[in-house]
Amino acid sequence: MATTITMPQLGESVTEGTVAQWLKRVGDPIEKYESFVEVSTDKVNAEVPSPATGILSRILVNEGETVATGTPIAVIEDVAAAGAPAPSATAPSIAEPAQMADARTPSEQIAAAIPTPAANGAARSAGPQTTTPSGAVISSASAHASPAVRKLAREHNLVIAEIRGTGQNGRVTADDVIAYAKQRGGAPAPAALGAMPYAGEAFHTTQQIGGAPAPVPHGAAAMYANPQFGQTIPLTPARKIIAERMVESKHTAPHAWSMVEVDVTNVWKWRSREKDGFQQQTGYSLTLLPFMLRAVSEAIRQHPLLNARWTPEGIHVNAEINLGIAIGLETNLVVPVIRNADHLSIKGLAIAAGELIEKARRNRLSVDDLQGGTFTVNNVGANGSVASAPIINGGQAGIVTMETVVRKPVVTKDDAIAIRSMMNVCLSLDHRVIDGLIASRFLNALKAGLEAMGPTGSL
Amino acid sequence: MAVTTGTNVMNNVEAVRATLYEALKNDPRTLVMGEDVGPRGNVFLITKGFLDEFGPQRVLDTPLAEASIVGIAVGMAMEGLRPIAEIQFSDFIFPAFNQIVGEAAKTRYRSNGDFTCPLVIRTPYGGGVRGSLSHSISVEALFYHVPGLKIVAPSTPADMKGLLNAAIDDPDPVLYLEHKKTYRLIKGEVPDGHYTIPIGKAAVRKEGHQLTVVSYGLNVHQALEAANQLEADEALKVEVIDLRSIRPMDKQTILASVRKTRKLLIIHEDNKFGGIGAEISAMVAEEALFDLDAPIHRLCGPDVPPMGYALPLEEEFMISTERMKQRMREMVKF
Repeated sequence: MATTITMPQLGESVTEGTVAQWLKRVGDPIEKYESFVEVSTDKVNAEVPSPATGILSRILVNEGETVATGTPIAVIEDVAAAGAPAPSATAPSIAEPAQMADARTPSEQIAAAIPTPAANGAARSAGPQTTTPSGAVISSASAHASPAVRKLAREHNLVIAEIRGTGQNGRVTADDVIAYAKQRGGAPAPAALGAMPYAGEAFHTTQQIGGAPAPVPHGAAAMYANPQFGQTIPLTPARKIIAERMVESKHTAPHAWSMVEVDVTNVWKWRSREKDGFQQQTGYSLTLLPFMLRAVSEAIRQHPLLNARWTPEGIHVNAEINLGIAIGLETNLVVPVIRNADHLSIKGLAIAAGELIEKARRNRLSVDDLQGGTFTVNNVGANGSVASAPIINGGQAGIVTMETVVRKPVVTKDDAIAIRSMMNVCLSLDHRVIDGLIASRFLNALKAGLEAMGPTGSL
Repeated sequence: MAVTTGTNVMNNVEAVRATLYEALKNDPRTLVMGEDVGPRGNVFLITKGFLDEFGPQRVLDTPLAEASIVGIAVGMAMEGLRPIAEIQFSDFIFPAFNQIVGEAAKTRYRSNGDFTCPLVIRTPYGGGVRGSLSHSISVEALFYHVPGLKIVAPSTPADMKGLLNAAIDDPDPVLYLEHKKTYRLIKGEVPDGHYTIPIGKAAVRKEGHQLTVVSYGLNVHQALEAANQLEADEALKVEVIDLRSIRPMDKQTILASVRKTRKLLIIHEDNKFGGIGAEISAMVAEEALFDLDAPIHRLCGPDVPPMGYALPLEEEFMISTERMKQRMREMVKF
């Protein structure tokens, strides 16, 4: 039996998609739910999970080509029909019909393949993993694991995707596998949330991101990741979109800029005090980002114009405070959104941000994750910056940055000199929507909010 | 005659000098030959005074003709002498390429074992001494490809002696490489009396479990310094292996270490392309791929024709300890 796969509709109002990259070649075996092609639209890059197990027998659309949704893009041949050795895969235990003629839309299928915290345990068991004849458990996330990690995981009968990575960019190292095996030897499998493969370390979330290995870039993305002098790097769809949006924002929104210096000594102490317990309880690292998100949403509530959008008809003040978090990846930039951020506690914000960062790093963001932002927070301090002039995310009124926390001597209110942890917060604003006065009030509210946090409290 | 013996602290030049002296003293078959080894006593004064003590039959000043230095030495070796030929700088070894590769390395095979060629060719190599393009190059990779030829590159005074003795004792030709920057830079204890260090045996200079660094010559000392600093400052445990013998290569020591640390960095001053590191990489990939937890890395000299004379050019060519630290750190954290 052959299965024809069509270009999925990645989001409402999306009518076409570009094959960014084939993750499999003709003749490669594919497990059901295993990502086999990366599709990009003007909204999102997504890896498409396979609806069937088999051999990729035909590729109908070349990389870089754009076709309408519903256009056939590939054919997957049933393993037995293809005459290839059967990988003796056991059917994934999922509570849904394992049939090709799925009534859901492709985007729903994609969404179903994206683990959410609530469905995490179930989603993982429904994920692209299978038991090989040797009894070893492998998964698609192990595709980029080093040979040593694969070997150790096989020996210990472990799923690499479940192991928290402490290597570069959250890579699962051989030591991680050994530590995990030891830990498993003594204790039962960790609870669903605790097993989330996210281990953001330190307070800057954009750099140290844990979990299974990030997808390895191919083609133009690989060239971008390893640029050579004298070379012209072809534009990936993501790069084109970034370029267009940056130019558009900078050309349409007159940017003004302001900065305040925030004393984060107390909030940092608070964070340090809670860090270990939080990690144990939730499986997430506690960084400075959720404290910042909390302070930003409070300041926006006091100054709703920061949550506004310029339209020719008037300045529309958005009803919800949806905070975008800028996440720098090796070859592009994504800004997933935490909806109704002002409804979440610091703990809730930490978990929401952790999930989005993990998804971003694994190229698993859905269209929904990227839509609806009303204001953006950019944690540039991860890269050592002390001041930056960010470009506003199109259609928003402003963007703030968190700069590097620097310990320095500060003159306190009572004229003493103390060593404090100071962080600059920079704001770019759309001067059509806001003037300096409001901007300063917002920044001061944000500063006051952060400085009032800690050194103790309830997350 | 001012050649010290006994358990002494020596630098590398003194160790070579003392070893040659003892060889000439104790084995009448040995002789040294080369450009300026006679009255001049070698450009680094390694054979200073030898002519007076051992006479012109055993301390031969030769013309500036490398092909004939090695060619004559090959004949002497085949006839039962133990010539220790010197190429004044490895940069000048190429006229003797045929004699080394075509004659010395093939003698045993060609004569079906009737003749061997117990020849030692000593030559200073390497840069970092403002030697520019004709006093700086590394030649090991150019001879590495040749079966029948042994290549050693000791880094410490004790190894200088032990491996030079082993090379003299060896029944087949040995190319004995001395990094000239280590000559007076590196000092160490040298045991008394005659001893050998087996050719083909590497030394673990520092133990660690997070990364294996394989190097030889001058770079070993820098790698050790880098690894020690990383341990003191950042608690990183890097294992440093001194190859000592380039061919035959000590596979066992390298593989045992890589299987422990799962990561391999090879450092050599010689150009990267087709260098010693390429062979080690290939060997480890063939034998220990499934123990690797990171891509193998090579930190090597750039692929440019010569080392420049200008200091910035030379510094760019030589691998700094700082660059070693940086790469080690990256690999440990990978």
